[in-house]
Amino acid sequence: MPISREEIEHIAELSRLSLTEEEKEKFGKQLDSILAYISQLNEVDTRRVEPTAQVSGLADVWRPDEVKPWDQSEVAAALRQGELEGGQIKVKRVL
Amino acid sequence: MSLNTLTLQQARTKLDKREITALELTEACLARITQVDADIRACLLVCADEARTAARAADERLRRGEKGGLLGIPYLCKDNIMVKGLATTAASRIIENYLAPYDATVIKKLKQAGAVLLGKTNLDEFAHGASTENSAYGPTHNPRHLSHVPGGSSGGSAAAVAADMCIFAIGSDTGGSIRYPASFCGVFGLKPSYGRVSRFGLLSMTSSTDVIGPLTKTAEDAALVLQVIAGPDEHDATTTPEPVGKYTQAVAAAKDLKGMTIGWPKEYFIKDLDSRVAARVRAAAEKLEAADAKFKEVSLPYTKYGIPVYYIITPSEISSNLARFDGIGWGKAHQEADNLQDFYKYSRGSGFGPEAKRRIMLGTYALSAGYYDAYYKKAQAVRTLIINDFAAAFKEVDLLLTPAAPHPAFKIGEHLDDPLAMYLEDVFMSGASLAGLPAISVPAGLVEHREGTPLPVGAQLIGPRLSEAAVLQAAKILEQAK
Repeated sequence: MPISREEIEHIAELSRLSLTEEEKEKFGKQLDSILAYISQLNEVDTRRVEPTAQVSGLADVWRPDEVKPWDQSEVAAALRQGELEGGQIKVKRVL
Repeated sequence: MSLNTLTLQQARTKLDKREITALELTEACLARITQVDADIRACLLVCADEARTAARAADERLRRGEKGGLLGIPYLCKDNIMVKGLATTAASRIIENYLAPYDATVIKKLKQAGAVLLGKTNLDEFAHGASTENSAYGPTHNPRHLSHVPGGSSGGSAAAVAADMCIFAIGSDTGGSIRYPASFCGVFGLKPSYGRVSRFGLLSMTSSTDVIGPLTKTAEDAALVLQVIAGPDEHDATTTPEPVGKYTQAVAAAKDLKGMTIGWPKEYFIKDLDSRVAARVRAAAEKLEAADAKFKEVSLPYTKYGIPVYYIITPSEISSNLARFDGIGWGKAHQEADNLQDFYKYSRGSGFGPEAKRRIMLGTYALSAGYYDAYYKKAQAVRTLIINDFAAAFKEVDLLLTPAAPHPAFKIGEHLDDPLAMYLEDVFMSGASLAGLPAISVPAGLVEHREGTPLPVGAQLIGPRLSEAAVLQAAKILEQAK
């Protein structure tokens, strides 16, 4: 079933992407053909198969919940890469 | 002989014998970049001054008698890995003004080892692609044939090694992004096991398959680099505590493959495989047999589902990982919007290129309410079956030999705007990525093509988890076989 224009707009909204009309049209068609290809997964019986989330060979990697020191110049470099006002990162109004 | 054409091992020997200095080697690479990169466009950034400073420091360490596999060796690094103080763009407009505040763990290790960073290489934006055409800064050209793609997504790194702009390069491989361009450019590309090399400081794409690894001129060189960058890292909880192998020693000692059984997975020799590539892979098998390896046909029945599984899991993880690029604190800000929601949408809509947007959309769709079970969970289950296929095969054989890509490099623009055709390029790559296995692309010779210059093709060797030493040994034997 092809993805409707409403669905494309909904996905773009969830993705926080502004799309042009042309992009909506193009991505809609392309997602249709990709999803049609992917639908071959339905041939596979997976009723008794556990899903795999990761392949690290590890489980439950714990560490103490402690604050560790980090180079302060690096912290400062990470935090100054936006629009600043009074030493704070400035963002647009929410409402 | 120009010093930039040396292999890592050759350069190592000359540096240790004091026949050359790290600075001379670095200058030779920088000169080569100046000479050829206007046409190839492998580098997004060249840090010549920093490289010379690092080379002088390495020469000082060498003078004091220090030894080390990578001490004084110039390299290039894919631009999705952070180097403190340098721009890290991931070939995207959305972070084009971003300066990395800290070093990735691999960079920290390479700096400590005395390797000399020459610059950053081009890639498909955020490593989304197989041709390097998805870079916001324009495509990289295949050094063998400039009208052709170098493969991707680590296309800049592969092209740079093939054109001798550096002694080795660092790339990242999520679903073939080291191995596939290595095959198109005729160099070695090693994807280590998932968790063998820290990803701290790599811009995350698909966290469940992303791996960092080397692109080199020989198998031995790949071992030398892996030896330095492998190991656990407290900043990456997915790194394995298993001891790092003795890769350089194992590869140096490799003389034959007596006692080794190599599997020939029949599902990898499909009708879409270019017959010239198939012939080169068969020739590789004969060389390995001549070195006393035994061959056995094996079956990996779920192979054909690798691409559909990969193109659900990858976009899903991308849609989550790329959510952090919200336009705030990444250097670039879109000023037109007057509220936060619109600001996000405009920043992302104008900052991401088409393939990044497509993958974010696809992943968001697959993870959205009502579709999660049908797509994401289904793909995760089939991923288990693909992993089980490999596990069963490795009960019978030690390694697998496959083609790396279905054909040699294609022309720039040939698959433009046909994303599905590009996804199918990963057909021989996605399995080892989904299963987290080590795999290497080894140059398997040249094939003729209609426009003259022959193009390289690659054979892939895949091994069980953490079997990098065996994979590299077989790669070396294949390399040296006549």
